[in-house]
Amino acid sequence: MDEIHDATSEIACDVLVIGGGTAGPMAALKAKLRNPKARVVLLEKANVKRSGAIAMGMDGLNNAVIPGYATPEQYTKEITIANDGICDQAPVYKYAERCYEIIQELDRFGIRFQRDGNGDYDVKKVHHLGTYVLPMPNGETVKKALYRQLRKAQVLISNRFMATRLLNSPDGSIAGAVAVNTRSAEFLVIRAKAVILCLGAAGRLGLPQSGYLWGTYENATNSGDGYSMAYHAGAGLANLECYQINPLIKDYNGPACAYVAGPFGAYTANSEGKRFIECDYWSGQMMQEFYNELQSGKGPVFLKLDHLHADTVGEIETILHKVERPSRGRFHENRGTNYRQRMIEMHISEVGFCSGHSASGVFVDEFARTTVPGLYAAGDMANVPHSYMLGAFTNGAIAGEHAIDRAAEIDWPEVSAEDIARERDRVLAPTRREDGIPPNQIEYKTRRFVNDYLQPPKVTAKMEIGQRRFAEIREDLETRMVARDSHELMRALEASSILDCADMAAAASLYRTESRWGLYHNRTDHPDKNDSDWFCHTILRKEAGRMISEKRPITPYIVAIADEERGAYDHQRVRKQA
Amino acid sequence: MPLAHAPTTVPVTVDAAKCIADKGCTVCVDVCPLDVLRISDLTGKAYMKYDECWYCMPCETDCPTGAVSVQIPYLLR
Repeated sequence: MDEIHDATSEIACDVLVIGGGTAGPMAALKAKLRNPKARVVLLEKANVKRSGAIAMGMDGLNNAVIPGYATPEQYTKEITIANDGICDQAPVYKYAERCYEIIQELDRFGIRFQRDGNGDYDVKKVHHLGTYVLPMPNGETVKKALYRQLRKAQVLISNRFMATRLLNSPDGSIAGAVAVNTRSAEFLVIRAKAVILCLGAAGRLGLPQSGYLWGTYENATNSGDGYSMAYHAGAGLANLECYQINPLIKDYNGPACAYVAGPFGAYTANSEGKRFIECDYWSGQMMQEFYNELQSGKGPVFLKLDHLHADTVGEIETILHKVERPSRGRFHENRGTNYRQRMIEMHISEVGFCSGHSASGVFVDEFARTTVPGLYAAGDMANVPHSYMLGAFTNGAIAGEHAIDRAAEIDWPEVSAEDIARERDRVLAPTRREDGIPPNQIEYKTRRFVNDYLQPPKVTAKMEIGQRRFAEIREDLETRMVARDSHELMRALEASSILDCADMAAAASLYRTESRWGLYHNRTDHPDKNDSDWFCHTILRKEAGRMISEKRPITPYIVAIADEERGAYDHQRVRKQA
Repeated sequence: MPLAHAPTTVPVTVDAAKCIADKGCTVCVDVCPLDVLRISDLTGKAYMKYDECWYCMPCETDCPTGAVSVQIPYLLR
């Protein structure tokens, strides 16, 4: 295994789904069920059985819009406000309308949701305004349940293939993708009538404070390959300056997890054990207060459970040490942190792109269509804000259904042999060098400079220095990076995606000359929010080989927001009692 | 090639007495999202070849004989 083989093969399918984590399996399943005769291929860099953000399951739904508890109107309003108004509401509303049907479908797959004594869904309040959090008592079984459905529907699964670039037809529409086997370096050309990108977050952008490249908040496989591929195919990427930054367990770098513990009475506290934020829901405004507290004399920040009854803490432990990041328990045990006696030290994560918790991503409409015909995106990499796991499932379903209908109407678009040959040369270049810089050093240096120069508070002069450093690294990456086997080649290709994302993060952050979304886009030299010039999306894309940014108006709201409601997320700090 | 080795203590360890990779099992290698485990040509047992671990635990959870243990990587511990 891992030796480099020189081989190329070509396949054709109707719909190609890239990424087998959360959105991808649902997209592939829905496409196949809608047209069982079609060829639907699900391509995955790891193994669909255990890949993506929910490799070990999830503790619950963070944004369930369930009749009787919330309405699509309320949810759309809350997400618009939480996202500082920069939001096309149609995809959010569509999600909110369809997610209940997806919950019922997941239920039929064998994923259970918590019910109260009356048999109703036991929905909890964590958001600032509405009630949307629904625990999943057997949340560790999610991936297994999905995998069973994929097998039953006979979706074609290709594991251990890493997509490297999309193929455009001469008219610009999507014609397929190229991929490389991570264990043999064999090259695969996949012709497709539609492609759905579900490659997750750009989670290996900033460097965690531990210095360990893989100790990221996101599954470390999520290296931003989707953002990079969409960019090179000409798709627009929205609001990339709205970074993802999350409050996490310090060093362990996983969620603490206030959404689980909050409904039991736990809360985020300062070193005096006092509350300082009104609401534990993750927003840029909340993260700004978290950052302020860390920097103040009352830092660091903790998740406080030590005031709860021992049995309640036991119940929380059972959830947190079983799903999502089950090694949390082991981490606390090593340090002698018993939730009953000691608060859990927290810190803020490295920066990344992820619409699951913020808003940055490939621009999509309410059918998950990107700005490139035939190209769709769903899950953490598409710009439907705060979409979490249920958003990935629901928007994946929407993408799958639309893409399979498109595929039924068209023939295979033309692909260019020249494009394929050029991509093959680019991909394999690090394997053809005898000597050079290994991918881990290219990656470490890129990510350290992301921390040094791009992390908020953002400073213009620093970001411009960052751009110069990235250009130097790009020169090294293109001329000197070496990969000795197929595994290192995968890392080399990931380093290339990470560098693309770093360049996009700098360009997008420099373009928006105001501050917005709390800490996510806090620019010290443009400290105020400026609605008259910047109440718009920013779209970054590749034009004639260059990175450009432009404004895009917000589509008129379908759910009106009253003036007095707009600022509901601006006041996160607990006010002093009179 | 002028590349030096940087030694690290690995977070994933395999109990050779329990591991049945020599009988054809590849579960831990198959499920690892970061693809860091391999079967040794010398011993026929699974081992961590690349120190690129998200301490996520499918290898340990899915191992049919309980041979695999995941520790928190030392830099984070």
